[in-house]
Amino acid sequence: MINKTVKNAQEALQGVQDGMTFMLGGFGLCGIPENSIQELLRLGVKDLTCISNNAGVDDFGIGLLLQKRQVKKMISSYVGENAEFERQLLSGELEVELLPQGTLAERIRAGGAGIPAFFTPAGYGTEVGEGKESREFNGKMYLMEEWLKADFAFVKAWKGDTAGNLIYKGTARNFNPMMATAGKITVAEVEELVPAGELDPNMIHTPGIYVQRIFQGEKYEKRIEQRTVRQA
Amino acid sequence: MALDKNQIAKRISKEVKNGMYVNLGIGIPTLVANYIPEGIEVVLQSENGLLGMGPFPTEDQVDADMINAGKQTITTLPGSSIFSSADSFGMIRGEHVDLTILGAMEVSEDGDIANWKIPGKMVKGMGGAMDLVASAKNIIVAMQHTARDGSSKLLKECCLPITGLKCVRKIVTDLAVLEVVDGGFKLLERAPSVSVEDIKAATEGNLIVEGEIPEIEV
Repeated sequence: MINKTVKNAQEALQGVQDGMTFMLGGFGLCGIPENSIQELLRLGVKDLTCISNNAGVDDFGIGLLLQKRQVKKMISSYVGENAEFERQLLSGELEVELLPQGTLAERIRAGGAGIPAFFTPAGYGTEVGEGKESREFNGKMYLMEEWLKADFAFVKAWKGDTAGNLIYKGTARNFNPMMATAGKITVAEVEELVPAGELDPNMIHTPGIYVQRIFQGEKYEKRIEQRTVRQA
Repeated sequence: MALDKNQIAKRISKEVKNGMYVNLGIGIPTLVANYIPEGIEVVLQSENGLLGMGPFPTEDQVDADMINAGKQTITTLPGSSIFSSADSFGMIRGEHVDLTILGAMEVSEDGDIANWKIPGKMVKGMGGAMDLVASAKNIIVAMQHTARDGSSKLLKECCLPITGLKCVRKIVTDLAVLEVVDGGFKLLERAPSVSVEDIKAATEGNLIVEGEIPEIEV
């Protein structure tokens, strides 16, 4: 079996450059590639276009890259939890393209699946549709949306094997499986890396063909945004 | 007497039928889950990739990898399933979700909805709202009938940027239950002690009143 293992985040991010387009998995702070983000901070690459459902919070996730002014453009569906983001957006330092969440997910999926465009009803008749081709099917109007691809996709899984196969846990799955398919180079970081053969092939969520480099993350903070509990 | 948020949620809960898959938006819609009557089995969809959303976890059940679309920690139930965001919106776009309940800033008499952006204020994004309203089989909106300054939020045409066109079916406000029909808002029920005249005055769009209008049971 082809071995996709690299030593650490440093090795996994070799070739990352200024001006590149990245995909970063996660929903809120759930399932984000924490170790790859730390390495992007250390490398200091800038003028980045980041495709990610959200933009982190001020002091965690993509928010850290925003603090260091490394991001030129965000392509997201919801960016509400970040004061620095707001400041940069209002001052014109940061560009943002907001997309309906399902459109964002499907554009990424399309990128990985070799589908250059598709039609969706989401956003028809709204400012999302401005400048986009629309067409009627069975009496309903749809917008044409194009695929998204990235120079690097950074995804986070629970377990992975040396062949690059991935298993996600809970709702930390979210955007990670599609993004894994849409990177020219997909970097997967996992909580537990095991030898090929140890994961049940029936349980694999992302087949290793999509993953070019895999490593076990040094540490995971897994910060919780809204800790809500009930009495036992 | 105008309904409070919990009473609006309780009234909406009566629209939830046995066996439905339901997506609840943030705010009043989330409260609907508290009022679903015993014996009614529904499956709640959370668009970040969960069907069968359970209650909040106890302290020792908290798992950073289990959250809902509001980013709150959550649990699963027997029979729950977890999937990717593409699958999640596939089931929304493919009209497999029976009912969507969400909040709104404005609704027009054609059923257009505006709930994602106020010009001049920070734009946070539409999240999944545009996908949900464009594809839901049935949409119920929970909202206040008027703004703080008394101006109507049930309009001839929306003033705020649109989230989706001609999609709202039913509206439950603090004053009334209304259905969007050809020609305007059809008044179905009124809040206790709120008159048809009060509702007419609070509705800018065309209000259709036919026969006696019963009070909402609270």
